[in-house]
Order: sequence, then C-alpha cells, then structure tokens
Amino acid sequence: MTLLMSHYNYWIVVALMMVGFFIVIAQGNLVKKIVGLNIFQTSVFILYISAGKIHGGSAPILNDSITVYSNPLPHVLILTAIVVGIATTALGLALVIRINKAYGTIEESEIQQRDHSC
Amino acid sequence: MLSHLPILQVILPLLGAPACLILGRGKIAWLFALLVSALSFCIAAMLLHTVYHQGVISYALGGWQAPWGIEYRIDLLNAWLLLIVSGSSTVALLAAQSSINVEIAPEKQTIFFVAWLLCLAGLLGILATGDAFNVFVFLEVSSLSTYTLISLGPHRQSLWAAFRYLIMGTIGATFILIGIGLMYIMTGTLNMQDLAQRLPLASDSSTVFTAYAFILVGISLKLALFPLHLWLPNAYNHAPSIVTTFLAASATKVALYLLIRFTYTVFPSHFSQIDIPLEEIFIVLGITGVLSASVAAIYQADVKRAIAYSSVAQIGYMVVGLGIGGVLGLQATLLHVFNHALMKATLFMALAAIACRIGVTTLTSMQGLGRKMPWTSFGFVVGGLSLIGVPLTAGFISKWYLVSAAALSGRWGLVVLIMVGSLLAIVYIWRVVEALYFKPAADSTPIKEAPLAMLLALWLLVFANVYFGIDTRLPVSISAEAATALQEGRP
Repeated sequence: MTLLMSHYNYWIVVALMMVGFFIVIAQGNLVKKIVGLNIFQTSVFILYISAGKIHGGSAPILNDSITVYSNPLPHVLILTAIVVGIATTALGLALVIRINKAYGTIEESEIQQRDHSC
Repeated sequence: MLSHLPILQVILPLLGAPACLILGRGKIAWLFALLVSALSFCIAAMLLHTVYHQGVISYALGGWQAPWGIEYRIDLLNAWLLLIVSGSSTVALLAAQSSINVEIAPEKQTIFFVAWLLCLAGLLGILATGDAFNVFVFLEVSSLSTYTLISLGPHRQSLWAAFRYLIMGTIGATFILIGIGLMYIMTGTLNMQDLAQRLPLASDSSTVFTAYAFILVGISLKLALFPLHLWLPNAYNHAPSIVTTFLAASATKVALYLLIRFTYTVFPSHFSQIDIPLEEIFIVLGITGVLSASVAAIYQADVKRAIAYSSVAQIGYMVVGLGIGGVLGLQATLLHVFNHALMKATLFMALAAIACRIGVTTLTSMQGLGRKMPWTSFGFVVGGLSLIGVPLTAGFISKWYLVSAAALSGRWGLVVLIMVGSLLAIVYIWRVVEALYFKPAADSTPIKEAPLAMLLALWLLVFANVYFGIDTRLPVSISAEAATALQEGRP
C-alpha cells in the first residue's frame, strides 16, 4: 500500500503511458492516433519532472535561508522535449490535413483500401 | 579554427538551413546546399585525419567542461560515421537538382533543401555529441525533417508513408527518451563517459536494465531491425528518389551507431540480476531479418521497393556482426556500414536516374533499358554485384570479414545462413538485370540517357564500389582500430 501511495506519480506515468500507447495502436483515426501519441509523450514528461522533485526541496532560486533545492535540470530537459513534442504534433496534423485532401478520409482502413484498389 | 571543428561540423548545416531559406529560389538553393554539404564533408575528413593521428577529440560546448556542460566527443567510430554521412549527402545533392526538377514542384524546392540540411545537421549532431539527451534532440531534428522530405514525394502514398513513419519514429524516439530519463534518475548525469563510469555501480538495479531495454527497442525501431522494420519499405519506396538515396546511405547507419555506442560505451557489459543473451538476440533477429527481407525483396514488382527490402536485410548483416561480437565481429559491422552506404547509394542513385527519365521503377517498365540507358544500367549492375558480394567489389570485403568472424567464433550454421542470404540477393538482383538486358522493350520510344549530374554522381559511387573492393587499406585499418578501441573501452 505504501509503495502504491508514495510513488503515486509514477503509477500515473505508467497508466498514461499505456493509455497513450494503446490509443496509437488501436485507433484507426489519424487525429486520434496523434492524440494518443501526445498522451504517451506527456507521460514521459511527468516521469522526468517527478524525478527532479526532492522531498522538502524548494524551487531552485538562490536564497540564504534555503538549503535544499529541487533539481532544476529535468525541468529544463523536459522543456526541450515539450517543444519537440509540439513540433511533432504540428507536423503530424499537417500531414493529416494533406492526407485528407489527397484521400478524402482520415481513417486508416479506408486509406489502405484506396491504395490497394488503384 | 581547427580546435572548433567538432562544433562546426554540426553548426554549419544547422545554420545553412535558414540561410538556404533566405537565399531561396531553385538553383541557388541547390548550389548553396551542395556547398554546405561539401564543406561538412571536408570538415569530417579533417576530423577523421586528426582523430586517426592524435586520438580522441573532446570539445566543451560554450567552454562548460564535461560532465556539467555538453561535450562533443569525436573518436574513430563517430569520425568514420561523420565521413560516411556527410559524403553520402554530398554525392546525393550533386544529383539532386536534376532529380527533383522532375519529381517536386518548383515552389517546394527551396523547402526541400532546407529540410535536407536540417536532416544532415541532425544526423551529424547525433554522431558528434557525447551527451545522451543531446542525442534525443538531434534525433528529433533529423527525424522531423526526414518526415518532411518523405512527404514531398510525388504520390499521395508518400503522405501516408510519412505519417506512418512519424508515428513509429516518435514512439522510437520517446522510448529512447524514457531510457535516458531512467539512466539520469540512477546516475544524475547525462554525459556518456560519465554514465559509463557510474552505470556499472548500479548494474544490479533493474532500473538500469529497464533503461537499456527501452533504449534498445527505441533504437531498433529507428534502425528498422526485424521485426520493427515495417515502416522502412514504404518510407523508402514513396520518398523522392534522391531522398531515398541519401537516407538509405545514412539514416539507418546513424541508428546503428547509436546501438553500438550505447551497447559498448555507455552500458556495462553485463547486468548482474538479469542475464540476457544479447549476442543470441542480435544474431537471431539479424539473420531472420536477412532471410525474410531478402525473400520479400524477390516478390516485389517495384524495384525501388525490392531494394528497400534489401536494406532491411543488409541491416540484418550489420546486427549479426554485432552479435558475433569481439573485435572481428565489430570490424565486420563497421566495414559493412561503409560498404553498404556505397552500394545502396549506387543502387538507389541508378533508380533515381531511371525514375528521372521514365517516371516509374517497376520491373516491367525497366525492360530493355540496358540499351537505352547503358551507363545508368551498368551502374546498377555494379551496385548489384557489390550488394551480392562478388570479389573485386566493396561488398565482398565486408561479407568476407563477416563470414570469417562467424567461422572463427565456431558458428558454422550462421556461415551457411549468410551464404543463403547472398544467394537470395543474387535472385532479386538478377530479376532486374534480366529485365534490363534480356527482355525486349515494351515500346520503341527513345529514352535519353540520365542527366549528366546524375551520371557523374552515379559513376563516382560505382568507382568507389570498385576502388574500395580492391584497395581496402583505409576502411579496414580504420574499422579495425575503431573496433579495438570499443572492445578495450568496454568495462
């Protein structure tokens, strides 16, 4: 029970990761696939940020009265990863728009049908 | 100036990309991209020369010393890969203008070169950096621009292939990100050298093992290692021809480099809690990839797709070399990285030239081309011979090293399977040769020989294939030293 409670953020990470991954695999709709991909990536962001937290640590701003700081590096890293994630989402959605124009659908099964029929 | 070469290698194409966008317009953008790529190649050659004679170069970015700052660390292994990647980019760009004039609308050509330079910067960045998180960032830089390049292909299937690659590639990169995060949680460092010292202390933790597992799967996705290869044939087949030439010679090699780097430099050689038979996994997956992809290649109606499947098979050979391990196995892998870049660039360059003239690369449409496009067709044949591993071509050298590494480690069954793989390559190359030379053309419309720039690039590659099949001093000595250094550096 204590393991469950004391590490609850990691359980959330695992749950989100599986949910996102499942959506990417199971959904045939391309926009939903990208939503799943986003959830999957977000879980990793939480993983990093959780790792930066130190019990009793304060925000990493230099002050004489504070002795314990949280680790700011994971936050900086994940800022980069968030930017990468946004770029990926933007590119993915742009591709979906182009696919919709070219195929007239954004359902995976219909796209594959149309590719094979011609 | 000379001491800044490691960063110049990456920053040059990275800054070249926006500069290319500003310069704009057709031919100028192409000439500029070619110039940047050629300069990168010169820098890579200088780096390789320096590393070969003076040893490892360590460059602290912004003057912040490792492990606090980001370190660029060039040893023989990545200097060798830098040369291969920048070289293949330069050769492919030489022919790019003629090819994309046919395949890509004029208003998109500037964007094409911008994406190309970004892709080059990303690939070179992955190779040059000694920082694990930096690897992820550059991986995404190269991946995002690769998706763009593929989506610029001439058919609507290109969009679909790019989207599927985007999904697979992002999952792979995120897996790598998870692995790096777990490593950081255990050690508090991101510098590869630092990680290599600290990870063995935690080698009994299942977190480190999980980190390696995530990184291994993520890289395998990027590498298109069997059974995670399904995105590759589509992506290579539907990308613009010249992009396929570049990617086939560079992108998977960079993923293979990451596999070697993480397996040999970063992670400890064994985990005390869980004993995974890594050698066997590599060999089994590799040889299954060789055989299944080669068989699939035989049944393709489109030659470009068949050669893309053959890429999956060749990646299998490289991973088999890793699995055999030891200095010899590693050397075979590193040799094959170089030789495969040469032969695949040759084959895809010939196909790009054919696509430039007749628009398609199906087997039936290529009938009788041997007489109409003699130079291109013969270039394809030499590339094919090299792929099969015929003596006096580059492909023979790496097959020879791979077979002797397998034989010396006592794996005779593997030797036989590698031979079978070569026989299958004969089958799918012969189908094309038969169509080119021994089948009558469907119609007698005259077809011109490929544009001069493409022929020049193609024959440069053909010459390299034959040259490095005869004079093997350079690749053999470099790969031997790099393999020895990796083996000794292993804790």
